[in-house]
Amino acid sequence: MTSQLNSADTNASRSNTRVISRLLFVVVGMFGFGFALVPLYDVFCDITGLNGKTGGRLALSDALQVDMSREVEVEFLASLNANMPWEFKPLQHSVKVHPGQPTRVEYVAINKTDRAITGQAVPSVAPGQAAEYFEKTECFCFTEQKLEPGERKQMPVIFVVDPDLPEDISQLALSYTFFTKPSGTQHATASLK
Amino acid sequence: MSAVIEETHEHHDHKPTGIGRWLFSTNHKDIGTMYLWFSFIMFFVGGSMALVIRAELFQPGLQLIEPEFFNQMTTLHGLIMVFGVIMPAFVGLANWMVPMMIGAPDMALPRMNNWSFWLLPGAFGLLIASLVMSLMGMGSAPNFGWTFYAPLSTTYGPSSTDFFIFSVHLMGISSIMGAINIIATIMNMRAPGMTYMKMPIFVWTWFITAYLLIAVMPVLAGVVTMMLMDRHFGTSFFNAAGGGDPVLFQHVFWFFGHPEVYIMILPSFGIISQIVPTFARKKIFGYSSMVYATASIAFLSFIVWAHHMFTTGMPVAGELFFMYATMLIAIPTGVKVFNWVSTMWKGSMTFETPMLFAIAFIFLFTIGGFTGLMLCIAPADFQYHDTYFVVAHFHYVLVTGAAFGIMAGVYYWIPKWTGNMYDEKLGKLHFWLTAISSNVLFFPMHFVGLAGMPRRIPDYSLQFAEFNAMATVGAFVFGFSQLIFLYNVLKTQRGGVKATSKVWEGAEGLEWTLPSPAPFHSFTTPPTVK
Amino acid sequence: MRAATRVAGILGLMLISGLSHAAYQLNMTPGVTSFSQGAYDIHMMVMWICVVIGIVVFGAMIYSIVKHRKAKGAVAADFHENTTIEVVWTIIPFLILIAMAIPATRVLLAMEDTSNSEMSIKVTGYQWKWHYDYLGEDVSFFSNMSTPMEQIEGMEQKGENYLLEVDNKMVIPVNKKVRLLFTSNDVIHAWWVPEFGVKKDSIPGYINESWIEVPEPGIYRGKCAELCGQYHGFMPVVVEAKSEEDYVAWLDSQRAMAAEAAASAEKTWTQADLMNQGEKVYKTACAACHQANGEGLPNVFPGLKGSAVALGDIAKHIDIIINGVSGTSMQAFGAQLNDADIAAVVTYERNAWGNDTGDVVQPADVKAAR
Repeated sequence: MTSQLNSADTNASRSNTRVISRLLFVVVGMFGFGFALVPLYDVFCDITGLNGKTGGRLALSDALQVDMSREVEVEFLASLNANMPWEFKPLQHSVKVHPGQPTRVEYVAINKTDRAITGQAVPSVAPGQAAEYFEKTECFCFTEQKLEPGERKQMPVIFVVDPDLPEDISQLALSYTFFTKPSGTQHATASLK
Repeated sequence: MSAVIEETHEHHDHKPTGIGRWLFSTNHKDIGTMYLWFSFIMFFVGGSMALVIRAELFQPGLQLIEPEFFNQMTTLHGLIMVFGVIMPAFVGLANWMVPMMIGAPDMALPRMNNWSFWLLPGAFGLLIASLVMSLMGMGSAPNFGWTFYAPLSTTYGPSSTDFFIFSVHLMGISSIMGAINIIATIMNMRAPGMTYMKMPIFVWTWFITAYLLIAVMPVLAGVVTMMLMDRHFGTSFFNAAGGGDPVLFQHVFWFFGHPEVYIMILPSFGIISQIVPTFARKKIFGYSSMVYATASIAFLSFIVWAHHMFTTGMPVAGELFFMYATMLIAIPTGVKVFNWVSTMWKGSMTFETPMLFAIAFIFLFTIGGFTGLMLCIAPADFQYHDTYFVVAHFHYVLVTGAAFGIMAGVYYWIPKWTGNMYDEKLGKLHFWLTAISSNVLFFPMHFVGLAGMPRRIPDYSLQFAEFNAMATVGAFVFGFSQLIFLYNVLKTQRGGVKATSKVWEGAEGLEWTLPSPAPFHSFTTPPTVK
Repeated sequence: MRAATRVAGILGLMLISGLSHAAYQLNMTPGVTSFSQGAYDIHMMVMWICVVIGIVVFGAMIYSIVKHRKAKGAVAADFHENTTIEVVWTIIPFLILIAMAIPATRVLLAMEDTSNSEMSIKVTGYQWKWHYDYLGEDVSFFSNMSTPMEQIEGMEQKGENYLLEVDNKMVIPVNKKVRLLFTSNDVIHAWWVPEFGVKKDSIPGYINESWIEVPEPGIYRGKCAELCGQYHGFMPVVVEAKSEEDYVAWLDSQRAMAAEAAASAEKTWTQADLMNQGEKVYKTACAACHQANGEGLPNVFPGLKGSAVALGDIAKHIDIIINGVSGTSMQAFGAQLNDADIAAVVTYERNAWGNDTGDVVQPADVKAAR
C-alpha cells in the first residue's frame, strides 16, 4: 500500500501521525475520565445527596443553633447483606428531634455464630435531599466492627439534624446495612485521590 | 467466498491471493468485505439466540429452556447484536465507501485497519466460548444482561465474566482503532477541492460517529476494568461494603451507553441521506442543517445518560435536568426526518429495494423516536421502565432503524462492490417479508409493555399470552426472511446483470465515477472536485 | 407473497381467538393512586401529541410517495434549502416540547413529595423474594411466589393469577399515606405495582423511598422489574389494601402467628409433622435451586439426594442452612427461617427422595446451634 502512496505523500503520513497521536491522547484521557467519574460522583453525591450518602464525621465543636420551633421525626432501619449471619436492630424505632440538637441512639448487633466476624456498616439516609443535612458525630459505621462468637454489642450513634433542613422535610429515615468485611478493605477512591 | 471475489477482480492490478490475501490484507475493500461478512455471520448467530428467546416466550410456562439459560441468551443476543452486528457492519460500510466517496486511494492507516478487524473474531470467539462451555455444563455464560449491572455482574457474576471483560476490551480496542483510521482518512485523504462542507452526508455522519467512539469506548473499557478490579484485586468501586456504590456503575456505564446508541444510528442516518436523494432524483434538502443536526445529536448524547436511571432514586432536580435534556434530542432528530421528507417532496421517485428500505426506515425509526420521546417523560417512565415497552422502543430504532439502514446500504452499494446487479425481485420479497414481520414482531411488544410485562423474564402471566405468541410468529418469519437476503447477496457476488459505473440513474458522488466493480485501489490519482 | 398472506391469516385468527379471552390489555394501567393516574394522563397526552405529529409527517410522506413518483411522470423540482421553513420546523417542535415539559414537571414534583406519611414499611429485595418490615409494629415477613412448579412446567392448568400470587401479601390500610423504604439484601431489584405507578430500585446498602395512598380496598399485583438473576421473573409483588379496622386486626393476627411460631419452637415435634412442615419450607425456600426432586441442577446447584451434607453430620447440615456457604449462591437462611422451620427442613432433607438417615431434628437443636 505504501508503494501506492509515493514519496509525495510523506506530508500525508506526517499529518496522519499527528492525527493519531492527538486521538490517542483523547483515548487515554477518556479512559482516565472513566476512573475520574468515581471521585466526581462522590462529589456529586455530596452536593445532591444522591443515594442518601451521608457526609463524614462532624466535629463536635461546630455546634449548631437548636431550632426549638421545629420537630423532625427520624426512623431507624437495620439491614444485613447476604451471608451476614448477625442479628442487628435499632433499640428504638424512631425519635423526634429538634434540628440542631445532638441526639444519641443505639443499635445492637449480636453474633450468634461460633466464629468471630468483622462487619462494616454502610449508612444511608432517605430522602436523599436530606442526607447533606444529616450529620453524625459518632457512629459505629466509621470503623469496622468485630464481634466475637456469641458477643452482643450495643453501638451508639450521635447525630445532629442541620437546622437548614428544607422546610418540607419532616421525616427522615436512617438506615444501616451490615456487610461482611470484603476481601479488600481499601476504598477504591482513596487509592486514586 | 474468496474465490468469488477474486474472479470479479481479475482484470485489475496485482493483488495477493489465497488465504494470505485476507489474513494480511491492508486493502480497504477486502477489509470492508470481511467486516460485512463477519457482521452477517454474527447477525445469524445473534438472531438464532433471539429465536430461542422468542420460542420460549411463545406460551406462558417454561417449555424449552431453564431461566438461567434464558438469561444467557438475552445477554449474548444483546452483546452480539450491538458489538458484533451493527457496529462491524457500519465499519465495513465505512471501509468500503469512505475512501471512494472522498476520492482517496485507500484508508489512511491500512495496517491498523487489518489489526482492528482481526481483533473482532478473537473477541467474539471468547464470548461464544463461554456459551459453548455453558452448553457443555462447565459453569454459566454471562447472564446479567447486556448492560451488566453491578453487583449482579461483579459479586454475583459467573466465572465466565472474565471472558466477557476481556472480550469487551478487545472489541473496544478494535472500535477505537477503526475510529482513528476513519478520522485520519477523512482529515488527510480528501481529494483536492473536497472541502468538509462538500463531503457526502454518510462521510459526515461517520466522521462524527468516529469521534463519539473515541470519546466513549475508553469509558466502557474503564468500567469493565473497574469490574475486573472489583472481582479480583479487592477494590470496591461498585460494592457498598467497601465504600463503593452499585449506582455508580450505572452512571459510568450509561455515560458510555447513551452515546453508544447514537453510534449505532448516525451512520444509518448517513446511508438514508445518500439513498433518498438518489431515488428521488433531487438533491438532499438542507445539507448543512443535516450536518449541524448530526453534530447536535452527538453533543446532546453526552448529557442525557441518566434518563436510563430514573428509578434508581435520583434527586428530583436531576430527574428534571435529564428529562429536559433528553427532550431536546427530539429537535435535531425531527429536523432530519423533515429534511428527508422534503427531499422526497416534488421529486421523481422510483422504488427499488434500497429506497424501499430507506422509506421503511423513515417510518419505523420515527415510531421508535416517538416512543423514545414518551420514555424520556420521567413520571411516565416509572411505568415504562424495564418493561417490553422499552424493548419495543429500542428494537424499532435498532432493527427497523439501524439494521434497515445497513440493509438499504448493502442493496444500494452491492452493484458497485461486485459489478453485478442484485436480483430485484428477491430484494423486494426480502423487503416486504422483513418490513411486515418486523412489525408483527415488535409492535405487540408496546402493548404487553404498557400492560405491565417486565423485560428479561423467561415466563409471564396469562394476560400477556396473545401478543407474545404473535411476536414469536413475527420473529420466526423475520429470521427466516433473512436467508433470502443471504441468498441474494451470494447470488449477486456470483454473477448477474452487469452494473454500469453509475448504477442508479439519480446517483451522484465520486463513488459512482469509478467502474463497477470498483478497482482494487480506488483513486490512484486523486479526482478533482469542483 | 402467498407466504405473507398466510402469515397474515394466522395472525388474524390469533387476534380473534385472543379477543375471546378479554384478559389482555393494550394500554397503560390507569391505576388507583394519584401517582399512577398522573403517569397515565401524561402518557396519554404525549402519546396523542406523537400520533398527531405522526399523522402530519407520515401524511406528507405518503402524499409525496403517491404523487411524486417517476412512474406517474413526476419531474424532480430543483430546491434543496429554505431557511424560513427550516427555522419554523426547529421552533415548532421546541414549543411542543415545552408544552409537554410543563405538565410532566408538575406530575413529577407531586410524586416525589414523601412528606407527612403516616406509616412506614421497609421493603427489602432478596434473590428471589420480598421482605416487608412494618416499622415500629414488630411485624415482618417474607413474601414468596406461591405459584406451584407444576403450573410453570405445564403439568397443571395455570391459575388465574399465574406468577402473580404470593404466600404472604403485603397488607396496607386504605386512605393512609404509606411511606415505602426500599433496600436490598444482595443485587439490585425493583419493586413495581403498575396500579400504584410506583417503580423503585432496591439497592444493596442504600435506601430509596416512595409512597402510596390507596383509596379503595383490593388486591394489587406487580412484579420485580430489574434483572436480578435467574428467578427474576418469579418474584411477584402482591399488596392487599384493607380498611383501617381490618388492617389492625391483620397486624394482631400477624403478631399472634409470630408468637405461635416462637412457642412451636419450644415443643417437641413428631417426625411426620416435621416432614410435612419441612416439605412446605423446602418448596418455598430451597426448591428453586436444589429442585423439588432434590437433584439440583448439574454443575450449577448441587443435589441433596444422597449428598454428603444431607447424609452426614447433622450439626454441619444445620450450620450450612443457618449461615450459608460463603462464595456460593447458598445464602444464610438463619434470619429468614425460624427454628421450627429449619428443624423441619433439615429433617425433610435427611429423609426425603430416598435419603434414609431416619434423623429427627428438633427446634431446640437448631436453637442450640445458633
